[in-house]
Amino acid sequence: MSAPDRQAISLEKVQASLRAASGWRWWEIALAVVAIASVFLSGRHALLLNEIAILALFALSLDLILGYAGIVSLGHAAFFGFGAYTAALFAKHVMPDPLVGLAVAVAGTAVLGALCSVLIMRGSDLTRLMITLGVAAVLYELANKLDWLTGGADGLQGVVMGKLLGTFEFDLFGKTAYAYSLAVLAVCVLITRRIVHSPFGYSLKALRDNRLRTQSIGLSVHLRLVAVYTLGAAVAGAAGALMAQTSGFASLDGFEFHRSADLVLVLVIGGTAYLYGGIFGAIIFKLLHDLVSAWTPQYWTFWLGLFLVVLMLVGRERLVRPWTWFKRGGQA
Amino acid sequence: MLTLLFDGIAYGMLLFVLSVGLAVTMGLMNFINLAHGAFAMAGGYTTVLLMNKLGVPFLATLPLAFLFTAVLGAAFERTLYRPMYNRPHLDQVLFSIGLVFMAVTGVDYIIGSQQQMISVPSWLQGRFDLADVGIGKYRLFIIVVCGLLTVALQMILSRTRFGSRLRAAVDDPRVARGLGINVNQVFLLTFAVGSGLAGLGGALGAEVLGLEPIFPLKFMVYFLIVVSVGGTTTITGPLLAALLLGIADVFGKYYAPKLGAFIVYALMIAILTWRPQGLFGQRGSK
Repeated sequence: MSAPDRQAISLEKVQASLRAASGWRWWEIALAVVAIASVFLSGRHALLLNEIAILALFALSLDLILGYAGIVSLGHAAFFGFGAYTAALFAKHVMPDPLVGLAVAVAGTAVLGALCSVLIMRGSDLTRLMITLGVAAVLYELANKLDWLTGGADGLQGVVMGKLLGTFEFDLFGKTAYAYSLAVLAVCVLITRRIVHSPFGYSLKALRDNRLRTQSIGLSVHLRLVAVYTLGAAVAGAAGALMAQTSGFASLDGFEFHRSADLVLVLVIGGTAYLYGGIFGAIIFKLLHDLVSAWTPQYWTFWLGLFLVVLMLVGRERLVRPWTWFKRGGQA
Repeated sequence: MLTLLFDGIAYGMLLFVLSVGLAVTMGLMNFINLAHGAFAMAGGYTTVLLMNKLGVPFLATLPLAFLFTAVLGAAFERTLYRPMYNRPHLDQVLFSIGLVFMAVTGVDYIIGSQQQMISVPSWLQGRFDLADVGIGKYRLFIIVVCGLLTVALQMILSRTRFGSRLRAAVDDPRVARGLGINVNQVFLLTFAVGSGLAGLGGALGAEVLGLEPIFPLKFMVYFLIVVSVGGTTTITGPLLAALLLGIADVFGKYYAPKLGAFIVYALMIAILTWRPQGLFGQRGSK
């Protein structure tokens, strides 16, 4: 067998394995069926489900940049809040159509993400944490001080949304809202899924694992980081826009540090660098949140903190197996 | 004008003492400890409770606050922090945020969410004028105490046997261990002193910064800014960064109160984009 032949065969093998990795699994289809069914079965839980879908979308965007590209961020709420305000302002001053508003918010946040990506290119993890944190803090202050535009600390109220696709009205029970958010989430999952299984997605994982080596085999690291950060920001902006559109309200809360920290937690619960990590994480986190805050509304952050500490000390894999906690070795 | 500068310096010195422990754990031990503010809060509450409940005089509470927080820090280092040393930064961040959440809610539950007041002794109250510069006595006191601490720290780090051991343990723990240095003990002691300093800073700052359960979250960003802007290889870096931050903050609040913390954050982003390793950090250090 000549060398070019062997090369062709191995290339074919690689391509086949890539195709196999990106093929649809049976449980992914099942998940889609469950999701569609949940729209009709949601009943009075539609609002909660809507929040879960938005949180899942938000977590998906962080997973893109943290899980796949390895950019640590403590200020991802910057894009969420920005998307929310953009959507709300657009609906209030330009036109109330939700889909156009969503597109505008996504585009706006993508621009912001591209601008910010310049800031996070350099330095260590610590520098990146601080800069992302700082960007969110600056936007928070801006939204707080520009009260003629954003309503300041009171938030932007009275956002009235038009009918979805001209027919479905947003109602109090949130069924339309949930179906809308779920559809956006599904589209974003599809796009993300396509991206992470593409050569671009694989190159992201390569540069996450070893930036220097990626650079030395001739891939442009900076361009890829800019691209993925912009994309992540755009998806986060979509999540923010959904929040503003379905609740008819955008507030400073969207920029808060709590939101970024919670989001990292969601992702850690669900698993990073895993497409559905954000979705499962969001479901578990919201349910936990609802349960604990129903039980002790004022002090629920204590249990959140305790959960975080235990989770980090024992590791996610061992969390569900308490009998291994006190064994020596493990992953410490 | 000069009065503002003086206030800024006092504020900066306070920030320095609060965050120098963090600079040590973060820069030297390479651990991102967001829970540092919780130790500062512990020191502050020690002082408040001792003064208001037991009537201990203010000056006497300061060393007690230091000791209590140092012991607390040592206990935490031994039990919780040590397994986290070799973990990824994100894990450390989440772990310490968890601790902050617990501290904030715990204090809220036990002591209550209202702001705590302390009254400094009368000889520290008021101000006097020195060539048109109004000098608050308490602020002068802060500057003197913090200045002395800074000098002492610098001496310890650069002149004593412990300082050289610490530097060795930080540069290469394995070799240091081989040379017979008890690295664990050195780290334990360093962490304890760092926490103790935070506690002392919290006690000194209770009157200036205010003390409430949300304290660790409120000032977390400030400590992080001091450390990341200053660079983590020396303690002069954080000192200058703290002074810069303190002065910028005081001036910003005076001249442009509408902008609030905006100036500080924008300044930080600009500096870090320009020099990601911090103003005084060396390139290539960890």
